[in-house]
Amino acid sequence: MTYDATFRVWRGDAAGGDLQTFTVEVNEGEVVLDVIHRLQSTQAGDLAVRWNCKAGKCGSCSAEINGRPRLMCMTRMSTFGEAETVTVTPLRTFPVVRDLVTDVSYNYEKAAQIPAFTPRPREADGSHRMQQVDVERSQEFRKCIECFLCQDTCHVIRDHEENKAVFAGPRFLIRLAELDMHPLDVVDRRHEAQDDFGLGYCNITKCCSEVCPEGIHLTDNGIIPLKERVVDRRYDPLTWLGSKIRRRPRD
Amino acid sequence: MVELERHEYDVVVVGAGGAGLRAAIAAQESGARTAVVCKSLLGKAHTVMAEGGIAAAMANTYPEDNWRVHFRDTMRGGKMLNHWRMAQLHAQEAPDRVRELEDWGALFDRTPDGLISQRDFGGHRYARLAHVGDRTGLELIRTLQQRTVALGIDVYMECTVTRLLTGRGGGAGGDGADGVTGAFGYWRESGRFVAWSAPSVVLATGGIGKSYKVTSNSWEYTGDGHSLALQAGATLVNMEFVQFHPTGMVWPPSVRGILVTESVRGDGGILKNSAGNRFMFDYIPDFFRKETAETEDEADRWYEDKKNNRRPPELLPRDEVARAINSEVKAGRGTPHGGVYLDIASRRSPEYIRKRLPSMYHQFKELAEVDITAEAMEVGPTCHYVMGGVEVDPDTEAARVPGLFAAGEVAGGMHGSNRLGGNSLSDLLVFGRRAGLAAAEHARMHPVRTALPDDALADAARAALAPFEREGGENPYTVQHDLQQTMHDLVGIIRTAPEMQQALDRIAALKERVANLSVEGHRQYNPGWHLALDLPHMLVVSECIARAALERQESRGGHTRDDFPATDAEWARTNLICSRAPDGSVALTRQPLPQMPAELAEVFEEVPA
Amino acid sequence: MTATAPRRTGAVTPGRGTSETPPRRAAIAERTLRTDRWWLQPLITVVVLVLFVVYSSVRAFQNAHYFAEPYISPFYSPCLTTACEGDTFPELFTGPSWISPAIYILVVPLGFRLTCYYYRKAYYRSFWQSPPACAVAEPHRRYTGETRLPLLGQNLHRYFFYAGLVFNVILTYDAVLAFRDETGAWGHMGLGTLVLLANAALLWLYSLSCHSCRHIVGGRLNSFSRHPLRYRFWTVVSKLNAHHMKFAWVSLVGVAFADFYVLLLATDTISDLRFF
Repeated sequence: MTYDATFRVWRGDAAGGDLQTFTVEVNEGEVVLDVIHRLQSTQAGDLAVRWNCKAGKCGSCSAEINGRPRLMCMTRMSTFGEAETVTVTPLRTFPVVRDLVTDVSYNYEKAAQIPAFTPRPREADGSHRMQQVDVERSQEFRKCIECFLCQDTCHVIRDHEENKAVFAGPRFLIRLAELDMHPLDVVDRRHEAQDDFGLGYCNITKCCSEVCPEGIHLTDNGIIPLKERVVDRRYDPLTWLGSKIRRRPRD
Repeated sequence: MVELERHEYDVVVVGAGGAGLRAAIAAQESGARTAVVCKSLLGKAHTVMAEGGIAAAMANTYPEDNWRVHFRDTMRGGKMLNHWRMAQLHAQEAPDRVRELEDWGALFDRTPDGLISQRDFGGHRYARLAHVGDRTGLELIRTLQQRTVALGIDVYMECTVTRLLTGRGGGAGGDGADGVTGAFGYWRESGRFVAWSAPSVVLATGGIGKSYKVTSNSWEYTGDGHSLALQAGATLVNMEFVQFHPTGMVWPPSVRGILVTESVRGDGGILKNSAGNRFMFDYIPDFFRKETAETEDEADRWYEDKKNNRRPPELLPRDEVARAINSEVKAGRGTPHGGVYLDIASRRSPEYIRKRLPSMYHQFKELAEVDITAEAMEVGPTCHYVMGGVEVDPDTEAARVPGLFAAGEVAGGMHGSNRLGGNSLSDLLVFGRRAGLAAAEHARMHPVRTALPDDALADAARAALAPFEREGGENPYTVQHDLQQTMHDLVGIIRTAPEMQQALDRIAALKERVANLSVEGHRQYNPGWHLALDLPHMLVVSECIARAALERQESRGGHTRDDFPATDAEWARTNLICSRAPDGSVALTRQPLPQMPAELAEVFEEVPA
Repeated sequence: MTATAPRRTGAVTPGRGTSETPPRRAAIAERTLRTDRWWLQPLITVVVLVLFVVYSSVRAFQNAHYFAEPYISPFYSPCLTTACEGDTFPELFTGPSWISPAIYILVVPLGFRLTCYYYRKAYYRSFWQSPPACAVAEPHRRYTGETRLPLLGQNLHRYFFYAGLVFNVILTYDAVLAFRDETGAWGHMGLGTLVLLANAALLWLYSLSCHSCRHIVGGRLNSFSRHPLRYRFWTVVSKLNAHHMKFAWVSLVGVAFADFYVLLLATDTISDLRFF
């Protein structure tokens, strides 16, 4: 079951780089990250790669494999033919640090800008009572392992560096959706979602949902409902009128 | 003078897992200027791997549950070697620590009453683990991460601490002893050096699993914190106790060791050998016989009616199950790939399995092409957790060096000789918070800041760059591989004196090889260099484990001696303490176990087994 | 109790330090390194949508052959012209004769589909190539998405949804009327009846599975447990919503086919298969 595979790995840094070709052994059951590690320990000791859990739970080893944003630890070698050349490149959307490692600080900056979770007071007995059906929608988004593959694949910033200033990316749009649907949170972030985090830039082409290794339905369950909630607040005269007349908080 | 970036804080927390972030939050909230330094990106810490839940006697599903029962379970699980005060604080404070997570945005699974749902786990008398499916660790880390960001705490990501700085003044103790003055490290990304001046340093670096070949731990688990503490003059306790989680994946080889959560058994999964026998019934120790089911019928009834039936033997503490699996495989009743079968497919509906264990389903489907709703998993023991760690004061988590604190896996004492599942996440929260508060208080009491001495910084920098100076030396990956093989073969689940002696000899040889490592390339994001700097830590910790394990001539919890298979009353009263001898080697001393007060000892009488 | 504390700059300090070269993306010249046929999907979308647009435009401007007792083409329903005069259909309104009634009838369904969250994905990807496929660079220099007019108008989707429901009622009514024969007597059924029924059903499925609908029936609530009935609706619509793309295509083809069937009857190319 062992064979020699041809790998093309991008090596370099901000000053430049190129795809380098390696021939490397592959064993049964291995994933791309195993092969990268083998390169590291046998042929290229200083090959930079970011990884942690190697079980698809931490979201560190994001890269592009044959042009598709993937977790290296969850891409099995058996999905490629033995004769097929496997090309591994760093995430394109972020500045490269070295080899397969990119500077993902954009994501941490956006995360820090989101108005923090603010809960309603606890009940008299010191608990927060919530039903399972009420927490499930936000729970889906909290599955996010922050691999930033959705950020990488999103054309809004992938193809337009200048949009990074005005667009938070799918990861943080679903964070906004999570907070907006959170049963305990009392802050309305819908104006910010549109004005500060660039919800309107999303043209719902769904690449984020396609690449999500956790299978989160970012577009259908997160971004589109958030767009609808923003419509409620900003573009729907009926809802607007209703809220003025009845003077009650949403929901 | 070495080129260096300098920062000044009241509290520096090393590590951004659950304990580190909880400590940083506590310190920042009590007014200390706080920094977190972590080797990975924020939110990637090993805590995300925790699956089952957070043990806390909240009594949401069983009103009978309270901290005294939890305390008792913890002490019994640790075979009474735990520091009683830590176990007490842990059991008492865990419920509040869990509730407070909800105020920061965590969304646990709910009971029909709308409270936090709690699940069964090995060694716990009642269903007690607050959880979110089987990704509780991720929920915990994300909640703490978001809280950390909301508080505006500075986080130094992808930055490794290589040395703690100590000296007079600054954080020094009142008796004039050397105290912590700061820390020295490097940015992984650029390889540049950075130094933090701070009177309080909290170690929250996690464990040591990367010294073993088959482990559920990630590359970060190189025992840095244990080693840094030793170097700074602190002591380690209970290092001989290493927990092998009974259920790690065994096939394919590239995923060997990856964790299969205990929830699989808590939710109905059973262990079978190649003959199809539910072998755990043959391995019930006397210590747990009164509370463990004797027949399969009783065990199966327990899932529905926990009051009138006893627990299935699959839910014995982890050390017992790991040893049982090891024996079955050694007796030739293992699976083709050297494990045993963990079967939930024949016992629960596919919908139930997918709902309760989504990430397990996903993990086996993606990595092993096994559908756990249709076939049994192959599992075997994997190095998971070190019970031993920095010896700390139970109330403040202060180590013996003034200004140094430790919390989480890197601290020792709490779990005795074996940790119960679910107790690690609650440990992180309870003692992370206490360490952060105490560190902030210590900083407040020591307002005078000392400048970091140039010579110490220069020395630290020189040591870090040494691997680049040497030419033609050995490849760090080879040395790491040899160390892992040594620990796996000679200081594993079952230990004997000659093997451990051999391990110590090999470690001595590895130390010489590590002194001659050389790395290629430059300082920018160079994993070979990073590993070369981690290896000395791994070696020191491995030596501590092997020395302590050789010394303790009994079997207890996570330490099993083939040549001393029984527990020993004398050893039941003794802790082993590792410290750094003047010549740099590891010194070992015996120390009496702290005496439990009478009113706590009563707990073991009052709670029915 | 957990208000946001004032943030210092650099709340999170990433591992910077490479000051020699400014941050830059990895230098990779290829537009994409994808090795699969990523262009196939957008191509199919273009072909099918173009075929539909061409066909429906021809039919809309034709202003003829949209009526064959007891069937009416969905493109021309409700019957707003005098062309249906004297027949069994109720006369609602008489539009100006210089313009085909299909033009103003089709505004609503066209608007509904144009602002539909699924079709937006389809045409943004295939026609506007923004992006043509995931991780394939788009050809545009600038991109502002739906942040300004006219695309800001996509937010009106729910009004097209409401209006679309009215048309669904009318088309369902048409399908019911198709159970009468040429003379207006009940108790008839032909292949055309089935075609109109299927068309109406598909349109309902498409409309009810719409994302706006999902939001309106319950998605906007934050506490499902306090609104059990709306939660039930939401659950049903969510299930339909998972198939929204499928319904979008099938109902599109269905409408065109229903019109085509009426065209064939109206031009006497075929005669209706009559069941009873």
